[in-house]
Amino acid sequence: MKYKSQKVAYWFFALSMLLLVLQVTYGFIMGFAHMGYDGLHDVIPFNTAIAVHKNLLVVWILSGFMGAAYYIIPDEAETELCCPKLAYLQLIALAVVGVIAIVGFHFGWWEGRKFLEIPRELDYLVVIDVLLFLYIILVTLWKGKKRTTTALVLSGGLVGAALLYLPGMIWFDNHAYDSFFRWWVVHLWVEGVWELIMGGILAYLLIKLTGVDREVIEKWLYVIVGLTFLSGILGTGHHYYYTGTPEYWLVIGGIFSALEPLAFLGMALFAMVMYRKGEKRHPNKLALMWTLGAAIMSFLGAGMLGLAHTLPQVNLWTHGTLVTAMHGHLAFWGAYGMLVFAFIAYVMPNLTGRKRYFTKTGEYAFWIANVGMILMTSAFAAAGVQQVAMERIGGFDFMLVANELWYHFLVLIIAATIFTIGILMFMWEFIKYGMPTDSAMQSQEEFQPI
Amino acid sequence: MLTKRQALLFFLIGTFLFSIIFIGLSFDTVRRGIPEKTHEENMTEAVVKGRVLWDKHNCMGCHTIMGEGAYYAPELTKVYQRRGPEFIKAVLMSEKPWAPRGRKMVAYGFSEEEANHMVEFLKWIGEADLNGFPPEPTFKKYLKN
Repeated sequence: MKYKSQKVAYWFFALSMLLLVLQVTYGFIMGFAHMGYDGLHDVIPFNTAIAVHKNLLVVWILSGFMGAAYYIIPDEAETELCCPKLAYLQLIALAVVGVIAIVGFHFGWWEGRKFLEIPRELDYLVVIDVLLFLYIILVTLWKGKKRTTTALVLSGGLVGAALLYLPGMIWFDNHAYDSFFRWWVVHLWVEGVWELIMGGILAYLLIKLTGVDREVIEKWLYVIVGLTFLSGILGTGHHYYYTGTPEYWLVIGGIFSALEPLAFLGMALFAMVMYRKGEKRHPNKLALMWTLGAAIMSFLGAGMLGLAHTLPQVNLWTHGTLVTAMHGHLAFWGAYGMLVFAFIAYVMPNLTGRKRYFTKTGEYAFWIANVGMILMTSAFAAAGVQQVAMERIGGFDFMLVANELWYHFLVLIIAATIFTIGILMFMWEFIKYGMPTDSAMQSQEEFQPI
Repeated sequence: MLTKRQALLFFLIGTFLFSIIFIGLSFDTVRRGIPEKTHEENMTEAVVKGRVLWDKHNCMGCHTIMGEGAYYAPELTKVYQRRGPEFIKAVLMSEKPWAPRGRKMVAYGFSEEEANHMVEFLKWIGEADLNGFPPEPTFKKYLKN
């Protein structure tokens, strides 16, 4: 850490971890409900649990991104954050809005729109909070000595994410329009501008961890984000196959979404090649594991498992089944969850000055969480395929099939328990690091030659 | 070998080009596509009121419609055609949780008027042209035997 104000990042990560635990808790509620144990139905019905689960996901990932930005931008721009007090205010506002939204969901204060359940009144607060965040980031960048490609791509992604929140705030009388513009937000986030943020964070981590020349890494960063938009923008069409939109989306969505794995393949190759190319090695092995892990798992989860059901001929049968949940879990974990973890693993020694670069708990956390998530994905896959076969192809009644799927949800709950142990171990490590301190500013990052 | 400048150009030109195409297609979808496909002329006031109820109670948090939502409860795109209005109204107006084969639905206890609005909404969405979704189950014909 070079600048005092970077410490604010720690609190965003702490918030992130806390929300993740809550997200997982609500995941368990849903898993049990699917198995037939819906004892909480009167207090937390399924639609409340899922709204909480999905929105907490979005908020903890965004909180992680914000923390990463507050750490990266001063470092890249070579200046203190413009207004650290405002950054703390922004953190508190984010937490407060998040808590109000989550509590509100339990009282039916929401909009029934997948991923965008936060009610309109709170949307305005979200917008103000994000504008405050962008103000701090952009002013810092403006005042700084340097404007690197990494910082610009990251900031571009953050600005894009803010702008793309707006189409989700329009009310339409026609449900098909609502669905159409909902994907402008959700798809163009996760398969568009969030990948810019991901690319920016990944490039920063690779520059720090591999010691490869910045110019080389940033050149390929452009290629990767170029591939993202080349496939991802028109790839939005894979949400427009069967939602009251013209047939041409079947062709366009099919072709371009089939190209989407290229961006993630690029991301995985980018990380692997830079890792091999590096002539010196950063001692923070855990950060390197999570970084490479994120690049590879995002290719598998977002890229490959997405490809598995993105063609319209396949999607006609799998659309609206648990197959989507299979893809969703590994994609979000691999691309965004693991990336936030990678960043936390990288910055904690720098923020606290404790060089706990490689601990057994930290290493096991990585493997246990990932094994758990891969098992969870497999359980969803098995449930999804069986659902498609029995309900969509066989023509059996929905609930007849759903009751047959309980054993996949038993596997899911066991897998989720393994996953939870992994993330709790990661959090234990996070807590053991202690608080960020100004004395960490003196410590230099040392590389080891290979 | 690719230079950083060329890489930047690839990013900028690609993004610009595909954004323009996307916006153009979206324009056509919004202006012509969706109104035609969803028969917007049949979208009565009751349909819109049903849609408000759909949104207010987060039905998508358990069910899917047009294949979108959660996977805890049945796909409802063609529920009007499948079950008919009386069945749907009975479910919505029930004071106790409707629990087909054990899985509970929230008891909404809709008024007759509200239930009618929702039925109109579901009828309207069931008539939309969704490019063949949901598909007719391939093996269903064998079930009858």
